[in-house]
Amino acid sequence: MTTTTTGTVPVTGAVGTAHTRVEGRDKVTGAARYAAEVPLAGLAHGWLVVSTIARGRIRALDPAPVRAMPGVLAVLHHGNAQPLESDYVGPMGPADPALQLFQHDRVPYAGWPVALVVAETSEQAREAAEALVVEYDEEPHDVAFAAGRPEAYVPAGNPRSPAEQGKGDLAAGLAASAVVVDEEYTTPEEHHHPMEPHTATAYWENGRLEVIDANQGSAYVAQELARLFALDPSAVRVRSEHVGGGFGSKGARAPQVAAAMAATVLHRPVRVVLTRRQMFSLTGYRSPTIQRVRLGADPDGRLRALDHEGLNQTSTVHEFVERSADVARAMYDAEAHHTVSRVLRLDVPTPTWMRAPGEAPGSFALECALDELAERCGLDPIAVRARNEPEVGPLSGLPYSSRRLLTCFEEGARRFGWADRDPRPGVRREGRWLLGTGTAAASFPTLAGPSTAAVTAEADGGYTVRITAADIGTGARTALALVAADALEVAPDRIRVRIGDSDFGQAMLAGGSAGTRSWAWAVTLAARALREQLALGGTIPPQGITVRSDTAEALAALPPRERHAFGAQFAEVAVDVATGEVRVRRMLGIFAAGRIVNPLTARSQLVGGMIWGLSMALHEEAVRDERWGGHVGADLAGYHVAANADVPLVEADWVDDPDEQDPVGIKGIGEVGIVGAAAAVANAVWHATGVRHRHLPIRPDRVLTAGAGDRG
Amino acid sequence: MREFDYRRAADVPGAVALLGAGPEARYLGGGTNLVDLMKSGVERPALLVDVRELPLDRIEETDGGGLRIGATVTNSDLAAHPEVRRRYPALAQAVLAGASGQLRNMATLGGNLLQRTRCAYFTDVTKPCNKRAPGSGCPAVAGEHRNHAILGASAHCVAVHPSDMGVALAAFDAVVHYETADGPGALPLAEFYLPVGDTPHRETALPPGALITGVTLPPAPVAAASRYRKVRERASYAFAIGSLAAALDVRDGAVHDVRLAFGAVASRPWRARTAERALLGGPATAEAFAAAADAELAAAEPLPGNGYKVTLIRNLVVAVLTELAEECRRNEEATR
Repeated sequence: MTTTTTGTVPVTGAVGTAHTRVEGRDKVTGAARYAAEVPLAGLAHGWLVVSTIARGRIRALDPAPVRAMPGVLAVLHHGNAQPLESDYVGPMGPADPALQLFQHDRVPYAGWPVALVVAETSEQAREAAEALVVEYDEEPHDVAFAAGRPEAYVPAGNPRSPAEQGKGDLAAGLAASAVVVDEEYTTPEEHHHPMEPHTATAYWENGRLEVIDANQGSAYVAQELARLFALDPSAVRVRSEHVGGGFGSKGARAPQVAAAMAATVLHRPVRVVLTRRQMFSLTGYRSPTIQRVRLGADPDGRLRALDHEGLNQTSTVHEFVERSADVARAMYDAEAHHTVSRVLRLDVPTPTWMRAPGEAPGSFALECALDELAERCGLDPIAVRARNEPEVGPLSGLPYSSRRLLTCFEEGARRFGWADRDPRPGVRREGRWLLGTGTAAASFPTLAGPSTAAVTAEADGGYTVRITAADIGTGARTALALVAADALEVAPDRIRVRIGDSDFGQAMLAGGSAGTRSWAWAVTLAARALREQLALGGTIPPQGITVRSDTAEALAALPPRERHAFGAQFAEVAVDVATGEVRVRRMLGIFAAGRIVNPLTARSQLVGGMIWGLSMALHEEAVRDERWGGHVGADLAGYHVAANADVPLVEADWVDDPDEQDPVGIKGIGEVGIVGAAAAVANAVWHATGVRHRHLPIRPDRVLTAGAGDRG
Repeated sequence: MREFDYRRAADVPGAVALLGAGPEARYLGGGTNLVDLMKSGVERPALLVDVRELPLDRIEETDGGGLRIGATVTNSDLAAHPEVRRRYPALAQAVLAGASGQLRNMATLGGNLLQRTRCAYFTDVTKPCNKRAPGSGCPAVAGEHRNHAILGASAHCVAVHPSDMGVALAAFDAVVHYETADGPGALPLAEFYLPVGDTPHRETALPPGALITGVTLPPAPVAAASRYRKVRERASYAFAIGSLAAALDVRDGAVHDVRLAFGAVASRPWRARTAERALLGGPATAEAFAAAADAELAAAEPLPGNGYKVTLIRNLVVAVLTELAEECRRNEEATR
């Protein structure tokens, strides 16, 4: 590489061409250090002890026998832990009670942290933690998630997006409909389980709390910790260089708080790592849902009435709403339109965002119901969707920034071979397998969060981008290098991107499919300003020239629009009704998701989402034992995700989706890939067997019990 | 994890002597099950005697066409052995249907026979379990038991044996050989696993301190036409929810010889002798296969959540025997 000065021939066009990950070599050679691998002198290890009861109080917790065990340094519990602030509204809303470690003796659910044992080695800490005797006064608990329970309520929601919304007369619309679908769909409790378990290491240095973390937003975690520990925001630094997956679960969690508490007591670095089993209760999950969808339509499939009612569970201490009914607000119009997401409080951990929260389970119900409507109208499933394509947002009345859903279906149908499809179910056999195909629509909101960035022209001719972005495996670091290269009009190999350090300032977290859009925006603003400044000439001083940006104003100036990414999902399955086995043979997803920054990693994101949709359709399910309130089989032997052998040919591609009105043009791709994928598989299972499966996962025992040929 | 001593044995008598008869000592083979159980606190041995280096890693032919398989032969080597594949193809298929390549490279024959149930209550030390903590109760009977036993269970335990390999060994009348301080011994597989009764924590008839040295498979011409079919909740890397090892010899339309064993239905690999007797000498038709399966499954006592297994096993018997019968018919035609 040459270190030519700026002002030579401009180079652009990095965005839109395939680039391998800039840190890929480090990752495959092991040079990249994940949070639990960073060596530190004097490191101590903390092990969490979690409750074995689902509701009650800690009656007795005697740390003395455990303190005497080899290597044990401290036992933190509600009798000795430092007080934490709880009366604040943090970056994610009201303080999360799950972060209030060891502040009281109450146990609100099974798997609640009751103590932290710190020792010289993690083995000593674990052995001591398992030896700690905790006695409880147990109270009756309730973890029975079910429809029709009177305690379920409509949450307040927020003014821009209430939990319940509607227009028109639903009863009249349904009564006037020639064809009505009225079905209940359920999805089970699902867990993120990134390959890298949650971990944090904390230590004090020069009066600052330093945290080496694995998270989706270091600025957000730093702010949360500053609030909890009543520290000046500048006194907390959180770094998260490499992250082995997050999917919504890696926010502020017990490990950061526990490690910071122990480091404060012991005056040395403390690391806390969760086990897979602990992750089931300490890192959030996707709530189970019970959804009722009612569709009323004319014989030609045009919707007169649409009702989508979702129910999810949350804890008794914190409200989380799985907005499964929201997806209908963006997708389909009807004169009578009603959507509501209700909540039931139980003695369970608080659920959280998990890849496409709301849309993933919501699209399963809605897109299966559309398929049932197509069947009853005698129409092609794609034709039914085309007939109900709205001009403007069904409830907002706002124009779409772009909506190329039908283009996705056209391209997908062409490539999948949809035109040759025999609509009759249960008539294709190949050996012991019945074959079928299915389709479904996908959408996910296009969001953005205010972000700051700094871009520096270095004296050596390179450029350094600093932004508190997170690369949770998405390829964000690489994408931002390409974005910066184009904005600076230089080759990507002259860009160094530094991310995952809260000292770089406020930035959007890696969530809501909004990371790359938000960060690219900030990087572009700073890089363009820097390029203009450099164009004025002059030499670059040793410390370089730095330009900073903040997108807050630009975001606020965005005109209101219905902004969404769209997609069309296709699946072919084989079902052996004698054994109940379902095998997906191929999947195709065609998406319209704005400007694609790096086709290589974008395809990986979309394919990853589709595979998760397959896994959601056929495998994933966390089971609670109501007698104890906790999970049965809380490990990856009990919680099945799709194995390699379950994943056949999965192809993702996209259509052009330009939006000249949008200053960035990037939509999110992290989540839209899972949306509709489970519905496409379920619809294909119906096409193969003639049996509707409305409860996920579509397990062998369910298929076997349902049989085949029952068209009713 | 509790601290433990680790010793590596140089020879079989040395291993047996190292272990002694202490209840807190365990032989360590590939460790693919034992080490997991130590991490979860189900097993808390004070001493591990590593037997992996013992000279028990051979597969030898015996007189008349059988095989002797050493206890430390890995699953990978067992499944790849040409004589295993030729004489007992269902055994190779069963082994390959289990676990993953990495685990099969570590796991051993002896360890496979002694692996523990994957019942989620057994592996969770915060829950009662009669197998782990005798007398504490069985939460699976009234709890999560979708993958639990339909045959030979008791109110004290409804867990299933997880082995695929064992199902094929059961079908082929394997004999387990072992060594104790008092000398060698042998147990037919049919007697190796104890009935559940009210002692589910007592799983095998091995004397205390015994070291499995190998397995012999008697000659079985019928086994050359055998098959293993495994049904599970995903395509790979999951324990069976129902499986079948089957061998069939049909001559002139009649069943000349047949072997059937079921997996994931009982606390041990389930040799279906009732079904075999029903089939011998009779017609090789789907109706006869179904009737034989029904005869075997008449003893089934499904729980509220696992009745599907009765249908599953019945369907597997019919499907696999029909396939094998068709192959016999084609082979007969080809040799005419």
